[in-house]
Amino acid sequence: MGMRAPLKNVRGLGSAKEGTTHWWHQKVTAIALIPLFLIAIGCFISLVGAEYTHVRYVLGQPFISLVMLLLIVAMFYHLKLGLQVVIEDYIHTESTKVFLLLLNSFLCAVVGLAAALAILKLALGG
Amino acid sequence: MVELTLPKNSKVGTGKTHPKPDGATNTKAFNVYRWSPDDNQNPAIDTYYVDLDTCGPMILDGLIKIKNEIDPTLTFRRSCREGICGSCAMNINGTNTLACTTGMDEVEGDINIYPLPHQPVVKDLVPDLTNFYAQYASIKPWLQAETPSPSKERLQSKEDREKLDGLYECILCACCSTSCPSYWWNSDRFLGPAILLQAYRWIIDSRDEHTGERLDNLEDPFRLYRCHTIMNCANTCPKGLNPAKAIAEIKKMMVERR
Repeated sequence: MGMRAPLKNVRGLGSAKEGTTHWWHQKVTAIALIPLFLIAIGCFISLVGAEYTHVRYVLGQPFISLVMLLLIVAMFYHLKLGLQVVIEDYIHTESTKVFLLLLNSFLCAVVGLAAALAILKLALGG
Repeated sequence: MVELTLPKNSKVGTGKTHPKPDGATNTKAFNVYRWSPDDNQNPAIDTYYVDLDTCGPMILDGLIKIKNEIDPTLTFRRSCREGICGSCAMNINGTNTLACTTGMDEVEGDINIYPLPHQPVVKDLVPDLTNFYAQYASIKPWLQAETPSPSKERLQSKEDREKLDGLYECILCACCSTSCPSYWWNSDRFLGPAILLQAYRWIIDSRDEHTGERLDNLEDPFRLYRCHTIMNCANTCPKGLNPAKAIAEIKKMMVERR
């Protein structure tokens, strides 16, 4: 290390030639989440105190279940992208970093898919 | 690397308090970070009193007076004393700035001076900026063109020249980069605001023909995209520039060329 020229360290393995997609998708999902959250929150407020069967019925309506599915996809994708950046920023021990990045990807996929499945079940009348 | 507390050998202790100069009635206290590589001691804060009646108005004037009259071992960089060389960049009362363009009257009470944050210290107020300069070299800060040189200079329209305003004024003092948390944690791979502003200065230059290669070189999750628009860079820049805006322009170009 000590005998290397500083430029050798800075140039490192070169540019990864990526990162733009990640950044762009984070912005796009952030914008998409604004209307999706507004509709979803409005829907949840209107359902406060409602009967169980009524809630099932409303969430099974095509428009509402579409919004919920889009919300789940956008939210968990956005969450995955964001947490990935936080982990890369702060965790520098290679083994811990890889473990947390994998955990992040898997957890977001599993919880997101489980939520989507629940909505699909309601929408398709399972 | 994230370090929320200082390592044991970097903990800052209390140092020497030098007596007030004889007969001085109008003094200002300077609390200055001291560390020497020679004596195996932790860093410490020394206190000096500067006689304002016999001193110039700027903080650098005070430091030079201390070095000349009180403590010749005090070490700091300075050269032009008019805000164009960037040598005397340091952390003054919590903000990275140039000692030569900051007036003593701009600081209420004592003046607290530390080296630029999160860089290795060579001695006292002198940080080791080797990595910073190597990063600057890595963006090839010179005009690259395939078109053979014309017999006179390469011409540029007035409008194209104006695009360099707010960029060419950067003096590479490193105040912005060393104020950036992303640069603190990841300076081994993130280029930091100063270098990215300089990169943009060449990307946007109408005479430079290596725009694509320059963008290729920056397109990297760490080199460019560790910038999270924290804006410390624009807040602290002693020249009033906005590196965060230059970085945002680079990010826009990255999307535009897809």
